[in-house]
Amino acid sequence: MKFANSKNPSERNAKTDAKIAALLDKPPEAPVAAHGDQSIVLVTRIRLARNLAENPFPGWAKEAQRGAILAKCEDAVSRIPQMKRSTTLKMTELTEVERDVLVERHIISRELSASKQGSGVIISRDLGSAVMINEEDHLRIAVLKPGLQLKRLWSAISAIDDALEDTLDYAFNAKLGYLTACPTNLGTALRASSMMHLPAMVITGQMEKVVRAVNQLGLVVRGLHGEGSDASGSIFQISNQTTLGESEASILKRLSGVLETIVDQEVNARERLLDGDARKLYDKIGRAYGLLKNSYVLSSTEALNLLSLVRLGAGVGVFPENSRPRIDQLFTLCQAGHIQYAEKTAKAAPERDTFRATMLRAEFENFTRPDFNLSGKN
Amino acid sequence: MGNPLKCDLCGEPATVHLTQIVKSKIHKVDLCEACAKAKGVTDPAGFSLSDILVKETLEASESDPGLKCPECGMTQQDFKKHGRFGCPSCYETFDGMLKPMLGNMHKGIVHIGKMPKKVLERRSVYDRLTELETELTTAIKSERYEDAARYRDEIRQFQESIGKKRQD
Repeated sequence: MKFANSKNPSERNAKTDAKIAALLDKPPEAPVAAHGDQSIVLVTRIRLARNLAENPFPGWAKEAQRGAILAKCEDAVSRIPQMKRSTTLKMTELTEVERDVLVERHIISRELSASKQGSGVIISRDLGSAVMINEEDHLRIAVLKPGLQLKRLWSAISAIDDALEDTLDYAFNAKLGYLTACPTNLGTALRASSMMHLPAMVITGQMEKVVRAVNQLGLVVRGLHGEGSDASGSIFQISNQTTLGESEASILKRLSGVLETIVDQEVNARERLLDGDARKLYDKIGRAYGLLKNSYVLSSTEALNLLSLVRLGAGVGVFPENSRPRIDQLFTLCQAGHIQYAEKTAKAAPERDTFRATMLRAEFENFTRPDFNLSGKN
Repeated sequence: MGNPLKCDLCGEPATVHLTQIVKSKIHKVDLCEACAKAKGVTDPAGFSLSDILVKETLEASESDPGLKCPECGMTQQDFKKHGRFGCPSCYETFDGMLKPMLGNMHKGIVHIGKMPKKVLERRSVYDRLTELETELTTAIKSERYEDAARYRDEIRQFQESIGKKRQD
């Protein structure tokens, strides 16, 4: 069985090179939310899983079947109005580093990146929607927007789903809903998740409590390195767990209610930190800035945690509010795949750590200096 | 340091610890970095702990090892190994095994929410056909033969139009 992670992709030519460069050489999106606050909810996404009736699921299909399914879905997806001037990529066209970059930008999943022959992704021109083909299911439709905009996301994804349904015959069962390869996705086959930046909750040791409460409400919290840990820049993903027995609207409403409560709690925790001993908080933020500006070696975990503190600084008035979009970009640019894409020779971790530090030193050389004002400014 | 927790999948030291409450039952899973990555735990898009729970629930469920999907050839053993079904028909084949699993996994066991337009249309077509058939039977019973003939023609037309649509 051929896997897509060959060093030299087989299906590569000058045209493909140009297509991939056009997509990846642009800096990762630093979208500014048109609606709502983005300081705590970085980005929200919804995905729907769909499968073609009377076809084996991707994990069980033979290579020829996967190929036929890919061709059929690719054709259907690229024709819908939402995918006008989209980019289509087959996993076999991409190098491992290029796939890592797409994973780090949340455009494709790790599972698709590691998948076999016959899988691909179609990415909309504005990068706001993507359809993965032959991941765990035949189609994984995803839309994402900055901030917390579940209703807008639902309208957008439902319209894509409707448009696809005109040409594709979905596997659907009146009792079990949309049929998926894994029974955990049955029913609505909808997963909505928000990426939240919760540094004050981590500093004040409240994440464990939040995780427990959120779990009880049928939602899942994930940090990058385990529950409640601060190894991931205090960024947490919160999403719905169950998909069957509850309508899309009800799932989204439940999630939205919980997310809003968590936002309030983070705001409160930030206020408490400032009311308590603001000097301690300002010291943490200032030191993070100092390290980012002067380090020679930075691992991705350390970089994320330092950037997290600077981002918190932008939230409490130490750095200007408008510096945040660039910090959000740096979160992505600091990850291993992006570093390796930017510096092709940085293949091993020590070289990447040096390159990362060099990049951040240059970045913070020109960054606005911290403005500490202990008179209760926030 | 006490005994480090071991990965539930491979036995290596676990660094990722997950707690999930499904229907007020607590499930704990410990994974090593590699398995967590392989399972997509760090992937914002796809991970759900119940993926891992599928296997757990399966161990407990009554099973008929001889069962095999007539469409795609997946056996119950295959499902246990992969934790994924082979094709949409597997849902009928493994219905018995699936039922107890769904209760643990989801809020309910019946779909509520969006349906494909085609399914909705098909539904209303069948509803209309059933209605016409009932009308026809009633008309015949009450000896309203002119009405009956009209209903019969209407049913025929309806069936033809569905047939045409299917061929399109």
